Amino acid sequence: MNPAYATGLPAVIRGEEAFLAARRAKRMQALLGGAILLVCLVAAAWVSEARPATLWAGLPRIGEYFARILPDLRWASLFANAETEGSIAFWMYRLPEWTALILETANMAALATLMGSVFALAFAFPAARNITPSGFVYQATRRLLEALRTVPEIVYALIFVWAFGIGPLAGILAIALHSAGANGKLFAEAIENADLRPWEAVRAAGGSWVQGCRYAILPQVLPNILSYVLLRFEVNIRSASVIGFVGAGGVGEELYKVISFNYYEEISAIVLLIILTVSCVDLLSERLRHAAIGRLEAAR
Amino acid sequence: MNTPRASGVMNADIATWRARMPAAFGATPARRALRAVGWTIFAVWLVGSLWWFDITPQRLWAGLSGLGTIIVLMVPPSPGEQWVEILQGMAESVAMAFLGTFMAAIVAVPLGFLGARNIVTATLWRFSLRRVLDGFRGVDQLIWALAYVRAVGLGPLAGVLAIFTADIAVLAKLYAEAIENAEKKQAEGVVAAGGGRLASIRFGILPQVAPVMLAQALYFFESNTRSATILGVVGAGGIGLQIAERIRVRHWDEVAFIILLMIATVAVIDFISGRIRRRLIGAVR
Repeated sequence: MNPAYATGLPAVIRGEEAFLAARRAKRMQALLGGAILLVCLVAAAWVSEARPATLWAGLPRIGEYFARILPDLRWASLFANAETEGSIAFWMYRLPEWTALILETANMAALATLMGSVFALAFAFPAARNITPSGFVYQATRRLLEALRTVPEIVYALIFVWAFGIGPLAGILAIALHSAGANGKLFAEAIENADLRPWEAVRAAGGSWVQGCRYAILPQVLPNILSYVLLRFEVNIRSASVIGFVGAGGVGEELYKVISFNYYEEISAIVLLIILTVSCVDLLSERLRHAAIGRLEAAR
Repeated sequence: MNTPRASGVMNADIATWRARMPAAFGATPARRALRAVGWTIFAVWLVGSLWWFDITPQRLWAGLSGLGTIIVLMVPPSPGEQWVEILQGMAESVAMAFLGTFMAAIVAVPLGFLGARNIVTATLWRFSLRRVLDGFRGVDQLIWALAYVRAVGLGPLAGVLAIFTADIAVLAKLYAEAIENAEKKQAEGVVAAGGGRLASIRFGILPQVAPVMLAQALYFFESNTRSATILGVVGAGGIGLQIAERIRVRHWDEVAFIILLMIATVAVIDFISGRIRRRLIGAVR
């Protein structure tokens, strides 16, 4: 028997019953949540054709595929010339071409980040609630930025390849357009957090709206904006590495080719180069960002 | 220091102050030269890149007019005849995102614990695990999708696996950071009451980090719904395949419809996931 009932005290029994009821309700809720989750999972697995049997049959093939991608390196001939099988030079036999392609990719990302950020900066001032000239302009710019960032880069690239022709230009514009939407929102939020006293001073002294943005708001938010721009560059270098899949320039075209033609070892070589580039950019940009934020803190 | 109170400021005073605080009178020549060099490098890079990528006003103008034609053809958006296929593709995309995120969130929990400083004290092991995770992070989801299409064939399964692989690394890193930020006191309390190491993780740390983990997983579901819409471009299932096909045959009105459908679906998923997130986290805390 439950010890709470053994005491015979009505208050203890009431408390115990309330506790049991609460526990029952919580368990029911957990059970219901679990059931909904299970239904969603089964439905998702059914729609995405991820049946256990297919998955089970596919697993060994995945392992086999990734094992074949890995380079065949041997200790004995690791640093031999490009003719010897098993050396690093043999694995990376087209290093100069790939380096050029990766440089092109990085440059595409840089140019796209610059273009997107300039566009974003121009639209961020009217899209900031505290200094926007009118409610209508605020809504219009906000919705425009939202629409720009919701469409993925690849979709822009697919369309731009038709309009601008195959090549890096389509990729740059696609990434720039998406970055403009994403950064415009962040810039506008940075501006909304700015101190408005300098703004009021400039306006009171007869400065126009543009002069107010330039001399009262921009100096305050510039370190913050620079940090967002660098962060976007990190993101964009990843996007630029795949935008070539649809013919929009960069290392992606080469990667698409080697994966489609099953040039196994070249896949790992290019992917490794991409990883190295991305890591280098990440490290560099992290240091620069900390420097920018440090200046922001010092200015306060 | 006494500033000159007289109404007229002497030139000599200005000279004194210029000598004392040069920074207040504008940039020094050295700084100005540095700035000029910086701007020159920037201009050279910009012009060089424009030349490298062959970006000329004529090309931009021709492209923009082509884009104008496309946009005119996009209005009005229409679902076309195969609208069932489009809806199926959209459902496939959402299902791929859900399944991939769910699997990644489950696998990332033990990895997160293994990567956390306060759980695993072997620095070398933790350091190498973190570096491997960082390396995975550098590979875009589309690269994974393309590789999985080669490994398991065309279809949504490749997309699920791509989302799963790309997310494990990032989620495990975020989980490890959440675990490192958890309070030690509860875990110590469990140990003091006679619990083992596993019990202290289960009852001391997991309850603290579970809401954070759940919130992160839901955020990832939202962002994966966005990326699952494009994985089909490389053949990994979902709406991306439909949009790529329609762009290839230039059915721009159907393309516009699919883009609008994508935007609407992402907005709906964001809304639902935001509600769940607020509710679960509010209930747990």
